[in-house]
Amino acid sequence: MTTTMIEATNIVKVLGEGPARVEALKSINLSLVGGELTLLMGPSGSGKTTLLSVLGCMLSPTGGTVEIRGRSTTGLDAEELAALRRDNVGFVFQSYHLFPTLTAAENVRLALDVRGGCSRMARIKAEKALATVGLSHKARAFPRELSGGEQQRVAVARAIVGDASVILADEPTAALDSENGHAVMMMLAEIAKDPTRALFIVTHDPRIMPFADRILRIEDGRIVSDQRGGGRTSPLRALKYAS
Amino acid sequence: MTLILTLASRNLFHDRVRLIATAVGIVFSIVLVTVQLGVFLSFERMVTTMIDHAHADFWIVPSETKSFEDSSLLSGRERLQALSVNGVKAAVPAVVGYASWRKPNGGASTPVLVVGTPENSAGLQPWNLVEGNLRDLSLPEGVAVDRSYFDELGITKIGEHAEIDNQKARVVAASSGIRSFTTMPNVFTSLERARAYLGVPPNEANYFMVRLAPNADAAAVRGELVAHLSDAEVLTSEEFRHRTRQFWLFDTGAGAALLGSAILGVIVGTIIVAQTLYSSTKDHLKEFATLRAIGSSQIYILKVILSQALLSAVIGFSVAACIDLMLVRATADAALPIVMTPELTLGLFVLTLAMCAIAAVSAIRVVTRIDPVAVFAQ
Ligand SMILES: Nc1ncnc2c1ncn2[C@@H]1O[C@H](COP(=O)(O)OP(=O)(O)OP(=O)(O)O)[C@@H](O)[C@H]1O
Ligand SMILES: [Mg+2]
Repeated sequence: MTTTMIEATNIVKVLGEGPARVEALKSINLSLVGGELTLLMGPSGSGKTTLLSVLGCMLSPTGGTVEIRGRSTTGLDAEELAALRRDNVGFVFQSYHLFPTLTAAENVRLALDVRGGCSRMARIKAEKALATVGLSHKARAFPRELSGGEQQRVAVARAIVGDASVILADEPTAALDSENGHAVMMMLAEIAKDPTRALFIVTHDPRIMPFADRILRIEDGRIVSDQRGGGRTSPLRALKYAS
Repeated sequence: MTLILTLASRNLFHDRVRLIATAVGIVFSIVLVTVQLGVFLSFERMVTTMIDHAHADFWIVPSETKSFEDSSLLSGRERLQALSVNGVKAAVPAVVGYASWRKPNGGASTPVLVVGTPENSAGLQPWNLVEGNLRDLSLPEGVAVDRSYFDELGITKIGEHAEIDNQKARVVAASSGIRSFTTMPNVFTSLERARAYLGVPPNEANYFMVRLAPNADAAAVRGELVAHLSDAEVLTSEEFRHRTRQFWLFDTGAGAALLGSAILGVIVGTIIVAQTLYSSTKDHLKEFATLRAIGSSQIYILKVILSQALLSAVIGFSVAACIDLMLVRATADAALPIVMTPELTLGLFVLTLAMCAIAAVSAIRVVTRIDPVAVFAQ
């Protein structure tokens, strides 16, 4: 049985005003289920980041509704949306966005710290999350002491530490070489096996495709194709990530 | 422990140059405020030392007297009228006025404040005598001055002669620690001699210090005194102190100048701290946006910035307190020593915290406007 983590209905998002006004999303319908890794691909400016922001409750849609685990986000104010994010959504960004003055372990713990609560538990969970991404030995390292790939793995640990039901990643491998990109994707694919999480990854990178359970294509603010079952079950998956 | 303090302190110590700028701003401002307020306190205390050391239940003072140092003369009838009031035990005259002190051996002259009360009257006598004694003031030409003014008065030891307004004076006693808040030394002498030095006719005086009989009803006596005395006012010591303070601190503008510079110090300090905090926040804007993206509340972010401000306050205050302590020590013997009280110290700490909290406002305004989608901007 699969659980629907996010349900987006008739999403419209208008950005900018006057001559700069752009209808970045045009009536998008989408639901993400637990245990699935969904890729969103499309040309530059097609609305990928905008859609990810709407799904992640960072942007409120101009029209339509987003439900996170059955809870509607319509009418929530900025604080309520933040609360929804910290409890349900994990983010991974292209440029990592780690805190340079915090160690790897502290960066991971931060995702729990913003929730308040027991800091001893948070420490233990952060250690576990770092172990999941294979970086236990770098817990005390600062971001500047880590390679790009390691930094992105710390960011992945931060996204999963709070048991978020949705992990959203915007171009997570774009800043990485193929080897590191592959390692990060392996990790995300592993995380996606967990039926309590839905993974949604925006990418330009065709090398990621073998990891996907589902591939969406967006063009000019509309989803133009939605393919399931091509990725993980396909023989492509066995191929090396690096071409 | 939450990461709020960790983030705040790392942000703070991450940029040493900015931390130093912040600390310098706080130290500058707090030290300036301490000096001004310390001098103000010192001044406030010193302007009333004479009244503090007088033994009076009430003061009969000429109408419209502004300060202890500066009053017109009472005719002397007031004393008899006061003594006729039931419950008044004594009305001790005091003569106060400026005169010119000529140093021995034809030296230059310097202005002094002459204070005269009857010998053995326990009205207003020099205190803390370290050489000679009060009885010596009844010796011919006897005056008492403070040891710290010997140089200024051209005196090397007691027994030496000088002139006050062309009349002979001989230093027969020396006190320690009776400092004047003006540049003019105090000279204590007997009532008669003070009248002679200052040209005050017999019976006349600047003040009559009223002492009550035991068990007298102070309020009733005061009422009677006021009813009897038409050209004079009747003040309690506290009222006289207040009036004297008011005159020196505010009517002369001295206090306002001190408070004004203190306020200026606070403003300058606040601006410096606000500047550094603001630019630090700008530098870390991406991180604050990330915090917001991963779901932190506004409050969490405000706490980070406020912690940063308050940590700066603690660091700045600690340095300032050390400097203040040195200043207090260094000025202990000066005419106007910087006074530090526990209340002032606590007040300064609270002021530092408040200053930094206010300084955080502009930084806070910046972070409250952060849009989490900023994290997607490459
Ligand atoms: N703040 C904004 N104001 C106006 N238009 C915007 C704004 N942000 C994005 N857009 C426009 O909205 C459209 C979708 O942008 P979006 O960033 O979602 O595209 P994208 O698919 O993520 O592109 P890329 O692959 O380059 O990251 C683009 O045409 C973009 O120019
Ligand atoms: Mg994008």
